[in-house]
Amino acid sequence: MSVAPGQQDQRSKAVLRPNIKEIFLLVTGILMLVNIYMIFMVAPTDANLGNVQRVFYFHFPMAIMSFLAFFTVFVAGALYLVRRESRWDNLSYAAAEVGVIFITLTLLTGVIWAKPVWGAWWLWTPRLTTTLILWLIYVAYMMIRAYAPNQSKAAVYGSVMGLIGFIDVLIVYFSVEWWPGIHPAPVVGPLAESDSLESTMRGVLGFSFLSFIFLLVYLVWERVSLRSTEDNVKSLRFSLRRSRAGAAAGE
Amino acid sequence: MTDFLRPVGVLVWKDIVLELRSRELVVSMLVFGLMLVVVFNFALSVTPQRVATVAPGILWASFAFAGVLAMSRAFAREREQGGLDGLLLTPVSRDSIFLGKAASIFIFMVLVEAILLPIFAGLMGFSAVSFALVLTIVLATAGFAIVGALFAAIAVQTKSREILLPVLFFPVILPVIVGAVEATKLAIGGESVVGIGHWLPLIGAFDAVFLVICPWVFSLVVEE
Repeated sequence: MSVAPGQQDQRSKAVLRPNIKEIFLLVTGILMLVNIYMIFMVAPTDANLGNVQRVFYFHFPMAIMSFLAFFTVFVAGALYLVRRESRWDNLSYAAAEVGVIFITLTLLTGVIWAKPVWGAWWLWTPRLTTTLILWLIYVAYMMIRAYAPNQSKAAVYGSVMGLIGFIDVLIVYFSVEWWPGIHPAPVVGPLAESDSLESTMRGVLGFSFLSFIFLLVYLVWERVSLRSTEDNVKSLRFSLRRSRAGAAAGE
Repeated sequence: MTDFLRPVGVLVWKDIVLELRSRELVVSMLVFGLMLVVVFNFALSVTPQRVATVAPGILWASFAFAGVLAMSRAFAREREQGGLDGLLLTPVSRDSIFLGKAASIFIFMVLVEAILLPIFAGLMGFSAVSFALVLTIVLATAGFAIVGALFAAIAVQTKSREILLPVLFFPVILPVIVGAVEATKLAIGGESVVGIGHWLPLIGAFDAVFLVICPWVFSLVVEE
């Protein structure tokens, strides 16, 4: 079977690429271990909230990472719709998957934090409601892609959902902010807290941010390369089937 | 301009004629909407004291769920006999096709809402005669129709068809539902259009934004 020049290119690149990616993984792993050590050992215990406050060092960076991921979905999706290059769709899809994981963890860690602090698992505050809607929109994004008739349709539907979802979230935020059924955010909300954050806490939070950015980039990177491998396998399988069919026809 | 609007009118007329002959959509929307009121009545145990707070929610939940029927039928009908392919082959801009579909969803929804609203008002005991309420219903239904037409066009092409539509539609339409419920609450309370404040501009802004985006992405969604 002959190998197309494009595939050969990708193979020679594939020899080089893992090295950079593996180094990045190593750095991310070390950062993450140090981060966990800092969160549990270095950061002082909160005077009012106690140990449960430590979940905040995971919760807040993960929330911001999911927003970054969804912004990537929006930008890469729009670029795909304009340029029609599959790498933009791969990026968009990878960012959406990673974003859904991060936002799910954000909701879960938020719930863990809310029960002891607010006395309720969930309050319908604008921020919480918007986050839940965000989660629903990107779960719908995953569904729309899964049920699409083929991959190019999935890419278009996904990009459209990423575009509309992102714009919609801005309007959702205003609508729930103005909603009178919602009480103002409790005094211990993330924003109220960051003002009063002690300097060691702020340092730990900053470090946590850094390690989560590395984790986000690594996960998206890994997912994109996995996806291009999937594409390669698919096209190899296709050309193999075609050459077999050709051989069968030759006999 | 007439070149652009004429196909829209033709498409809408075609859907109306189809509906006049089959009479399947509007009747099922009406019955479904009424049934939802009965269900909510028991689920929320509506008492005269609670009507003012509960009625707008029931009203819009019924409108929204009944509206989903109109949306899913709009493209399911086209798909059955390959009508959508035929539509796309005609020398008509995709924007016109989209607007024609959105307009026919809008018309069917408004028709059903116009019949349901007085019945609701009678059952729940509030006054439906209010310009603010009518304006809210028209603006919110326009938002439903625009976003619904796009997601119906997507959902009908997927493996799961109509099942996917509500899952896609409801998270995105949420700001309109919030705005419509709050505006209705105020309108039933006797507020004029001015008294409703930022809810109508919110719904209007939603309509305007998606009226620009949806026709464009529709042309990308239906292309082969």
